[in-house]
Amino acid sequence: MHQFDHAASTPMRESVRQALATAAPLANPASTHREGQRARAVLEEARERLAIALGCHPTEVVLTSGGTESINLALKGAWWAARDAGAAGAIVVPVAEHHATLDAVAWLEAHGAPVRWVRVDEQAVTDLDAFRPALEQGGAAVATMLVASNEVGSLQPVREAADASARAGVPLHLDAVGAFGHVPLRFVDSGASLMSVASHKIGGPHGVGALVVGRDVRIEALHHGGGQQRGLRSGTQDALGASLFALAAEEALAELDAEATRLSAMTDRIRSTAASLPGVRILTAEARLPHIAHLVVEGASGEALQFLLDEAGFAVSNGSACSAGVARESHVVRACGVEGAAPLRLSLGRTTTAAEVDALLAALPGAIERARSLG
Amino acid sequence: MLDSLVGMKVLAAMSGGVDSAVAAARAVDAGHEVVGVHLALSRMPGTLRTGSRGCCTVEDAMDARRVADRLGIPFYVWDFSERFHDDVVQDFVDEYAAGRTPNPCLRCNEKIKFEALLDRAIGLGFDRVVTGHYARVEHTERGPELHRAADWAKDQSYVLGVLTGAQLERCWFPLADTPTKAAVRAEAAERGFLLAQKPDSHDICFIPDGDMRGFLAERLGAEPGEIVDREGRVVGSHEGVHGYTVGQRRGMSLGVPSPDGRPRFVLEVKPQSRQLVVGPKEALAVVRLAGTRISHAGAPHPQLADGLDVEVQIRAHADPAPARARMVGDELVIDPAEPLSGVATGQSAVLYEGTRVLGQVTIDRTVAADAAERLAEADAA
Repeated sequence: MHQFDHAASTPMRESVRQALATAAPLANPASTHREGQRARAVLEEARERLAIALGCHPTEVVLTSGGTESINLALKGAWWAARDAGAAGAIVVPVAEHHATLDAVAWLEAHGAPVRWVRVDEQAVTDLDAFRPALEQGGAAVATMLVASNEVGSLQPVREAADASARAGVPLHLDAVGAFGHVPLRFVDSGASLMSVASHKIGGPHGVGALVVGRDVRIEALHHGGGQQRGLRSGTQDALGASLFALAAEEALAELDAEATRLSAMTDRIRSTAASLPGVRILTAEARLPHIAHLVVEGASGEALQFLLDEAGFAVSNGSACSAGVARESHVVRACGVEGAAPLRLSLGRTTTAAEVDALLAALPGAIERARSLG
Repeated sequence: MLDSLVGMKVLAAMSGGVDSAVAAARAVDAGHEVVGVHLALSRMPGTLRTGSRGCCTVEDAMDARRVADRLGIPFYVWDFSERFHDDVVQDFVDEYAAGRTPNPCLRCNEKIKFEALLDRAIGLGFDRVVTGHYARVEHTERGPELHRAADWAKDQSYVLGVLTGAQLERCWFPLADTPTKAAVRAEAAERGFLLAQKPDSHDICFIPDGDMRGFLAERLGAEPGEIVDREGRVVGSHEGVHGYTVGQRRGMSLGVPSPDGRPRFVLEVKPQSRQLVVGPKEALAVVRLAGTRISHAGAPHPQLADGLDVEVQIRAHADPAPARARMVGDELVIDPAEPLSGVATGQSAVLYEGTRVLGQVTIDRTVAADAAERLAEADAA
């Protein structure tokens, strides 16, 4: 099987697999005895290594179960904190964010939060001319933005968004789940107050993520209990998971430049070949994640196209699936002004070879043609 | 037989129920390359089953997926909800709006499982679509024939009666010769399927709470109207004609007692005048049913043009009744040997010759027994 769905989950790194297989049993890091102290040492060392990788202070790293939890903690936590401080403020959110963001915001909206939706352009890039006024009209509790579209791969105007947020005095959350480890990113330089990341997107284990919470940022906890991690995320901490995440992050950053160059060249090839096919469009902006090539194919069913490619040995994504397993119509593609076409996200990773890309490009035109013939 | 051909590429439609699970398993055992697919038919699938109704929940998709996992076959969920809405749900509503009684399961087989899905399957290179229906396809020199299943209690040939020869050519029903449903459950348990004891689905899957009147009222409105007897006397009122079916007795409030004290039944639904016509049971008896929306399950029977002794079945679980069928112009006219009760327009009359399904007609009109004299006059004319 040729893996062209690295953006969903990239295979665990060999070093991480080895570290996992050979890990010594760990006690509860909160225990005060010596075994507990050993576990805590593993945990805190991992936090420090992650802090270096993320460009923040270790105190600011709140470990979570993954991207979705981090995003929920950031947005709900920031909104509840603002509300408790007496301001039932608005949430500023672009329409093409990940479902973890959209659904968390929709839940808050149902519980009384005013929401200011911000449009994106035809490349899924957040429109700053809409984002800035949404902040400047005052009364916003939190703003959020992807670092790069997890579907089409376009980089977002993070710097400008952070400046606008700072001027308005509104904390900005960055959803870096799909971008961390693929583009240079340092929390301290970003100007953001909160930043979500996940381990399995960079070859670490599933079920581990982090929310960077700036030391001066006030958020409410979602989980209550033992008061771990500044009281922001109670629950026994996963020292092993944290250390595996740290290992994956270090490796991802060490190879970032080389991989970005290598994968950009490959995705450029895919994009130019695809763009030459009739009825195939590229929505992605020029400034983009190096490892994602996203196409929209007119006149074909996404289900049929994905089936044909899957059968031919290419794992690709035709959009996020609902809980029943149905690929939902992509709100991102729709926000770009495209409807009724099949989205195809081809995402590459460190295991992708040029030969695999050749094979994909050889199979793609036939699969598209056949999917189209099904009407 | 089909299942002795090895090496076909077959698409198993898996509802999440026990029948389609065992059918898929048998296709795998027969040595074919099998891919499982669950059809998402509801736009807003519920999360969990409620009672035994419906078949479109997230839980059902998961049950189907787990069977595919055990069988080691690829599995996909395909979204046919738009087609299902347009071709089945909307058709259902439109038919009721016109005062007819549709069978949505039959329509789903005709338009979704054996048209939309089958077409996609063929386009994707599959040779057959496998389902868990209880019916048998025989491949003869004259082409495919559809027959009743070995287990008459579970036989589903009625709801497949709309399939054409071209569709039957590409179907495979591995449960055809299963002696009983209990045997299928036992086989599922033996195979380690957790869904072995899952209750059968029944009723209409897109009305999970079973409230058909409410479902129709929401879409067609509910305007009160009169209940009249055959002489046109007002004997009661109703809250909306939609959802009433010819032959129905329950659910009517009749203020005026019937002259002979006997129960009254719905004889006719008249949406335009918002009237229900009621009368005694014997008035339900019809001696003729006819329609022009005809399909042949394989090659048309050569004698149908001149007249043929058949058995006719008017509901999924009705007993077949002897009848004479013939073509009159473009209309298929069926005269049962004994008057039939509770025949509603919109229903399908499926014709059988022994175990073989000849085809079906959607009933456009019926002739009541007590209008037999007029029938004779009409024939003379």
